[in-house]
Order: sequence, then C-alpha cells, then structure tokens
Amino acid sequence: MFPELNNLLNTTPDRAEQGKLTLLCDAKTDGSFLVHHFLSFYLKADYKVCFVALIQSFSHYNIVGQKLGVSLTAARERGQLVFLEGLKSAVDIFFRPQEEPHPLQFLREANTRNLQPLYEFVREALKPTDEEEAACRCPVLLVDDLSVLLSLGLGAVAVLDFIHYCRATVCWERKGNIVALVHDSGDAEDEENDILLNGLSHQSHLILRAEGLATGFCKDVHGQLKILWRGPSQPTAPRDRSLTYQYKIQDKSVSFFAKGMSPAVL
Amino acid sequence: MTPSEGVGRGMESVLEMLESLLALGGMVLLRDTVEWEGRSLLKALIKKSALYGEQVHVLGCEVSEEEFREGFDSNINSRLVYHDLFRDPLNWSKTGEALPGGPLEALRALCRRTDPGPVTVALDSLSWLLLHLPCTTLCQALHALSRQDPCPGKQVRVLGLLHEELHGPGPVRALSSLAQAEVTLSGALGQASAHILYRRPRQHPTHQTQWFSILPDFSLDLQGGPLLEPQPQPDPHTPLVDPTNHLTFNLRLSKKEREAKDSLTLPFQFSSEKQQALLRPGPGQATSHIFYEPDAYDDLDQEDPDDDLDI
Repeated sequence: MFPELNNLLNTTPDRAEQGKLTLLCDAKTDGSFLVHHFLSFYLKADYKVCFVALIQSFSHYNIVGQKLGVSLTAARERGQLVFLEGLKSAVDIFFRPQEEPHPLQFLREANTRNLQPLYEFVREALKPTDEEEAACRCPVLLVDDLSVLLSLGLGAVAVLDFIHYCRATVCWERKGNIVALVHDSGDAEDEENDILLNGLSHQSHLILRAEGLATGFCKDVHGQLKILWRGPSQPTAPRDRSLTYQYKIQDKSVSFFAKGMSPAVL
Repeated sequence: MTPSEGVGRGMESVLEMLESLLALGGMVLLRDTVEWEGRSLLKALIKKSALYGEQVHVLGCEVSEEEFREGFDSNINSRLVYHDLFRDPLNWSKTGEALPGGPLEALRALCRRTDPGPVTVALDSLSWLLLHLPCTTLCQALHALSRQDPCPGKQVRVLGLLHEELHGPGPVRALSSLAQAEVTLSGALGQASAHILYRRPRQHPTHQTQWFSILPDFSLDLQGGPLLEPQPQPDPHTPLVDPTNHLTFNLRLSKKEREAKDSLTLPFQFSSEKQQALLRPGPGQATSHIFYEPDAYDDLDQEDPDDDLDI
C-alpha cells in the first residue's frame, strides 16, 4: 500500500470505511498500481480478500505484493486470501467434466450469458467461518479487471448485474467493500465499455481515475490521478468532492504531488 | 437585496419549485450524471409528497432499503413502501424472496394497486429498468402508470430517475416525451443546478434554471448562483474616501464649457466653411513656394509625360 495515497484518501488500514464500492479506472495509462495498493491495503488491514484476477498470474501479484510488504502466498495459506487465477482457470475449464460448476462457466457455454457462477464463487469464498464471525473480519472483493469480461463476449448488462449482486451480498449484507478496475477506452468508440464504466460510476462511492498526461509521456510524471467522492453522505464539504494529483511510480512506492509541483521541475 | 429579503424570497421559490414539479401530475423525469447525482433530489421530492399526506411507493433497484430510507424521519418512512428489486432482481438466489415475475411484473403491479388516495410512485432507477427491459415495454408500462385517471382521488404521480450517460438519444427522448416535467441536473463550482422544463398541456414548454443544495434531512435549499469566494467586507472603522476629490483633471464640464465644446469644429470634419477657407487663401496665410535646385544629372524636360494619355 502507498502511504501517500492513504493520506489523500484519508484512510488507514485500521479505520477503513465499510460497505463501499470503489471504482478504479484508467485512461491512456496503466492503472494497475491502484489494484496493487488496495490488495496490500486490505491484506494489511486484516480483511478477508477474494481476488478475481483475470489479467495477471498469481506470481506477478505476489512479487509486487512483496515489494509492498505483503506475502500473498502466506495470506492464501492461512485462509485470508481467496485467489481466482483467471488465466489458469480459463484453460482448466475445458479439461473438466461439464457438470461441475465453474466460476468462468460462460467461456464454455454459448447460451448462458451471465456471470451467476462467478457470483456464486465469490459468495462461497467470502462466506464467513465461525472464527471469522467472531473476529468480525470484513470481506473485500477485488476484481482486476472487468473490461476483459467484455472482451470475452459478455454484455455490459451481464457484468453490471454481476457487480449488482456482489454489492447486495458483499457491501450490504456483509458490510464489506468492493474494488474493481475498468479501463476507459477514451476516444475508441466502445459503447459497451462506456455503459459499463458509467453504470459502475453511478453506483460507486469513490472513483479513482488514473490518466496519462495530455502532453504525452514524461519521465518524471507518469500520470494524473483524479479522485471523486460521490454520494450524499460524505463527510467532506462539496468543494472537496474532487481532487486531482499527479504521480510518479517508483520501485516500491508511488509519490503524489499537486499539479505542476513535481520535484523534477521545482 | 439584504440577505434576509433574499432568504424570504428564496423560501417562496423553494415551495414554488417543488410544488410546481409535483402539481402537474403525470411523470417527472430526473436526469442526472455521474458528477451531479439525482437521488438526493428524488428523495427531496418524495419527502415533499409524503408531507402532503400521500403514500409513496418506491421501486428500488439500485440501493438497499436501508440506504434509501436513511435521512428520512419516521413520519415519512411510515408513508414509504419500498418494493425491493435490489436484493435479488433476477432470482439468482432461488430462495423465493425475490419479487415474483421480476422487474416488469413489479412495475405492472404498481399500476394495479387499489389503495385509495393520490399516490406517488418513485422509480429508482429508470436506467436500471431500461437496461433490463425493452424500451417499448417500459414506455407502455409507464404510460399505463402515469395516465391521468378521471377520478381525482386516484391521481398517480411518477418520479423517474434516469442516468443520462447510460443510454442513447432514442430511449432518452422516448422517456422524455412521456414526461410532463423534466429536470436536468448539472452544476458549477461545487454548486448543483436544476434546469427544469415544464410541458403543460396546450401550452408552450417553459424553462427554469434553479441553483440549489440538498440539506441532510432532504429539504431543499435554493441558492442564487454558484458560491463565489466571500467578498472581503469593508472595515467599518475606516472612513469611506471619495476618490473624485483632489483630482488633477476635470471630471465634469460647466455649462459654458459644454457649449464651447459642442460648437468646436473638429479638424477632420469637412464643412462648407472649411472648403472655402482652403480654396481662397486668407490674408494671414502665406502662399507656399517650392524651391528647387536642379542637380547636374537632372533632366529638366518641361514636357508633361502624361500628355499622351487620353484623360
């Protein structure tokens, strides 16, 4: 987790908000550093994490996690982390008997165009054991990322329904959080992606948007982060609802600064 | 206008805005965006209807019942009936808790309700319904719902929340044509504004723009405009200085000076007197001479080179 980002969002692992949907989106840049931040943040905060990782392998997240101070292997072994490795599962599904339910069932069946099996997987993964109920461990669902589901042939409404059901179970019933990454296609006219992005934006309490600089690539400033708090019940004044910072990604941390205040140019 | 006068006028306008939106009957369409959300205004309108003594039916698809009822006091909550399409709209859990028939049946059931008295139906949200039902089916159901019953006691008012960015222009215009009033939410400088379009029958559509903010108890607070930085108040102890004292130039003209100014002819204004003055050299004017010393190489040809031109 990046301490500077925690300061900007005004959270720490011990007093994170509950029942919230955080939307991460990136446009013309790679927003995966935000996924790594939230993954290590919630593991450090002792949440029960279900990570639906469709983009990278387990070892990739593990290596980055170790740089940020968490061990995914250890977390998985002690039951704190449930990891769905999309890349491996997608191949496995063709070598299993068809009757067994699989989270990525939609890859095999042509007619069921919804994500109900994936939702059932998430619900099972975050079902509290007795000791977890006692420890009041809150669940977190992390998805990296949702745009790839559109590329795999699902409609935007199917993905929105999946997140809807996850919200009902994880955020409302279990008072946990959801963090999901969606790519913004930007100029490329992708209607389905726009519907997905806007639909999720309307349901989110916090939107973190990483954008590339309008002027192009820069060695010292890797991009710009826009933070938007939504919803009527926010503690900050209306004027603080939206903040913009620029950032530079380093080996083990990300530094944030106000626009134009990069240490390289001061 | 003193601040207290502004508040007084603001209070009248508050009532006007909400009352005029609710008085028309039929459907009120609330169009919001990601940046300027409309659920707070929807809840403010629901609160107003409930305070009139009406029953409010909410078809809730996007938020849980607890979240929707948050902020309402018990008086309003007792008049609110929440039809829950949030927990299990598509019957995935198969526990039998879901509303039977899904969203369309739930919508049609609202048309068939038989309780007496005027009723307000809030659809949170129309966008969710539009993504899950065909547009024509939804429009037919809405038309059936908001059709004015000739019996005045059974009036139905429909409030629909629509997220503009999710739909193409076709469905949005179809829903807009069913609405008697349309409120488009936007804002500037942290202040929300509502652009209201009224479609009264047999009259021209009228527009109104209103800046507002919603208080935590979902009452409406009208503003004059986006809140600018507060102007620094003049220190009451320093005497106000008249800047027009002790000037080195004249700011005003006396009557004589004004007459002299008006009668002055401007140098480049060509009048008949000026023409005469130019044509006839006056006694004071010296005629002008040109003194020319020819060089050794000058060719003094007295012949006019333009002679052969036929001008």
